[in-house]
Amino acid sequence: MTGAKTETQASTETIEMTGAEMVIRALADQGVEHIFGYPGGAVLPIYDALFQQNMVQHVLVRHEQGAVHAAEGYARSTGKVGTVLVTSGPGATNAVTGLTDALCDSVPLVVITGQVPTHLIGNDAFQECDTVGITRPCTKYNYLVKSVADLPRVLHEAFHIAASGRPGPVVVDIPKDVQFAKGHYFKPNEFQHKGYRPKRKGDPDKIEQAVAMMAAAKRPVFYTGGGVINSGPAASKRLRELVKLTGFPITSTLMGLGAYPAADPQWLGMLGMHGTWEANWSMHDCDLMIAVGARFDDRITGRLDAFSPGSKKIHIDIDPSSINKNVKVDLPIVGDCAHVLQDMLQAWRAGGYAADKKGLTAWWAQIDKWRAKKSLAYRNSDEIIKPQYAIQRLYELTKDRDTYITTEVGQHQMWAAQFYQFQEPTRWMTSGGLGTMGYGLPAAVGVQLAHPNSLVIDIAGEASVLMTMQEMSTAVQFGLPIKVFILNNQYMGMVRQWQELLHGGRYSHSYTDALPDFVKLAEAYHAHGIRCQHPRELDDRIREMIEVQKPVIFDCVVDPAENCFPMIPSGRAHNEMLLGDAATRVEDAVTEEGKMLV
Amino acid sequence: MNTATPANTATTHYPAAAVDQGIETRTLCVLVDNEPGVLARVIGLFSGRGYNIDSLTVSETEHQKHLSRITIVTRGTPMVLEQIKNQLDRLVPVHRVVDLSAGGPAIARELAMVKVRGTGEMRMEALRLADAFRARVIDATTESFVFEITGASDKIESFINLMIPVGLVEVSRTGVVAIARGPEAMQDRAG
Ligand SMILES: Cc1ncc(C[n+]2csc(CCOP(=O)(O)OP(=O)(O)O)c2C)c(N)n1
Ligand SMILES: [Mg+2]
Repeated sequence: MTGAKTETQASTETIEMTGAEMVIRALADQGVEHIFGYPGGAVLPIYDALFQQNMVQHVLVRHEQGAVHAAEGYARSTGKVGTVLVTSGPGATNAVTGLTDALCDSVPLVVITGQVPTHLIGNDAFQECDTVGITRPCTKYNYLVKSVADLPRVLHEAFHIAASGRPGPVVVDIPKDVQFAKGHYFKPNEFQHKGYRPKRKGDPDKIEQAVAMMAAAKRPVFYTGGGVINSGPAASKRLRELVKLTGFPITSTLMGLGAYPAADPQWLGMLGMHGTWEANWSMHDCDLMIAVGARFDDRITGRLDAFSPGSKKIHIDIDPSSINKNVKVDLPIVGDCAHVLQDMLQAWRAGGYAADKKGLTAWWAQIDKWRAKKSLAYRNSDEIIKPQYAIQRLYELTKDRDTYITTEVGQHQMWAAQFYQFQEPTRWMTSGGLGTMGYGLPAAVGVQLAHPNSLVIDIAGEASVLMTMQEMSTAVQFGLPIKVFILNNQYMGMVRQWQELLHGGRYSHSYTDALPDFVKLAEAYHAHGIRCQHPRELDDRIREMIEVQKPVIFDCVVDPAENCFPMIPSGRAHNEMLLGDAATRVEDAVTEEGKMLV
Repeated sequence: MNTATPANTATTHYPAAAVDQGIETRTLCVLVDNEPGVLARVIGLFSGRGYNIDSLTVSETEHQKHLSRITIVTRGTPMVLEQIKNQLDRLVPVHRVVDLSAGGPAIARELAMVKVRGTGEMRMEALRLADAFRARVIDATTESFVFEITGASDKIESFINLMIPVGLVEVSRTGVVAIARGPEAMQDRAG
């Protein structure tokens, strides 16, 4: 019997191996160098195969959620597909938050879950859960592989689906008997999926129309998003070229920061709920909006019926379902940003188009007036560290280094977006769509693994970071010198801010009593702990953090009462934005319906 | 080179598979509350196990009570089918599950619309065959027909196969609906 199989192997160039070995082989053939995971009964054959090879390095996390966020950080900072391996039941359910996060932010992942043997599926077996059922709404696609004969195809297909079109997470659920079973492995080849074919090139007629609209515009603005980053470095490059060529102003969503350099004079800063005065007013008053890889999310639009009422809108996106979802647009272009921007550049040049100089001059004069508001201004202090000041110093002391920033979720995240100046794409990893507290620390682990010699900082809140703090242990085990920079305001600051502004200052459960001593916590993990309580000491402490060749927890004790402005209160329009000194009037500014929104 | 089985038993804490039973086809009728998500709950039981549904029909049958009747044709070993039935029974919005393949005789019917394109002799042949199967013409142009046919699945199957050489271009089928023979209503029947 073995003789017969060897013969097949020789004649068809497939290799016989177990399902578990196929998993490792497929990962290696897909260019995977690292996988984040956690073992358990239903994946033991795969762990056994991992043990006997050195093509793929496994990083042992401390919780499966951490594995998925680490893979997200890895993927977003490299442009590669992130990979995860977890066991059945609790392993799979622990991964669900990460999967949902990756789906919301379009992060390409392949997550392999073990499953009970096929004959026990549906039997309430030990550590069984309906993984494909649970993960169907939080993955781009998922598979239950019931036969080893399907395994190589499914694994290769999973990588293709995760990375192409609008990227996203793919789950491959592999029962234990399929991991043991022997079958024939084949390498990934240029296969055509039966039905799935995302469109890459935009319609040339529409591109021609778009550039004509741009040339005619008097008050244009580029509104760009995470799609530009996802599309790869070429998209950012072409975006910069097009913005320079036209002389138009540009703003971006939280997810799109870095696609256009923050130091450039045409940059308006981030837009949306905590965006700058000039960015939001430009969106409101423009006559042409060019949305590139952005999805008109509710954090961006504010009150929909008052969103940019006088503008024509061009929307470039790879996902047709994003178009006309929240906002009706005049010219949709379905395609990959890099391709469409390239074609727009060409059409602009070939058609001899030029921007409306006179119109633009007046538009920039108006924008300069909005800029003069200095909407990010805050009152600094000699006594206490203001969180904005901490981010500004962090930026100044790290900007000349090869730095990557991740964040948790809350005020600190918004301050990081406002005050850390991103000049390049893929340097900024934050949980935008889902807003997952606990994202930043494990994401930093993933980023540092991919960029061992870079400076990787998680800008954290003291509440968020406790959700996945255990991944410090992973960082220490794998010698990943991540820096966890906690803006410690002792509050769930963002919750406290909303309670102050919308709920009469009743701070219901937004104060964390009994916080740990973060310096001692760092030491308990065999990491390095730093505390800073005074603005005078801040620079030295930050320098110390950078110099230490170890993972660091930096407890930066900041003003507990600081609020994050500007702010468009829920249910309000862009031109109803509140500034810091207007804070006292916020309660009047929120409508009753606004309180219903989040 | 070891085969999978001995390695498997030596290194797993899961019980071995039951001795093989033959695969059977069953028709299940499920009476459910017509509420959002009920269909997803029902078919989720099948996909969670990786079992295919051969055919599925659903429509509200009692408007006053907002009850829908789902007819599912599926395949599996008797043990698995029994499990599926029991799991369905346990779903909160499910009122009744009846396995029409077990117990007394039942009638199962399907409706299909079959589009055929052709001219001349082919066209005549299509009409003759349709007549023999008691299929009705429900749309006609000078070069096409749409036939409507009702019957048991195997009858529809053979009609479709006969249409291939005379210019079959498209088929739309409802899937099976079924009901037990005799005076008893589904509600009165033993599962
Ligand atoms: C997993 C999760 N639970 C709850 C929330 C709601 N939430 C948003 S911000 C926030 C407070 C975060 O506090 P902290 O990490 O200290 O950041 P700060 O706002 O103080 O900077 C909470 C509870 C969330 N985003 N994620
Ligand atoms: Mg806080």
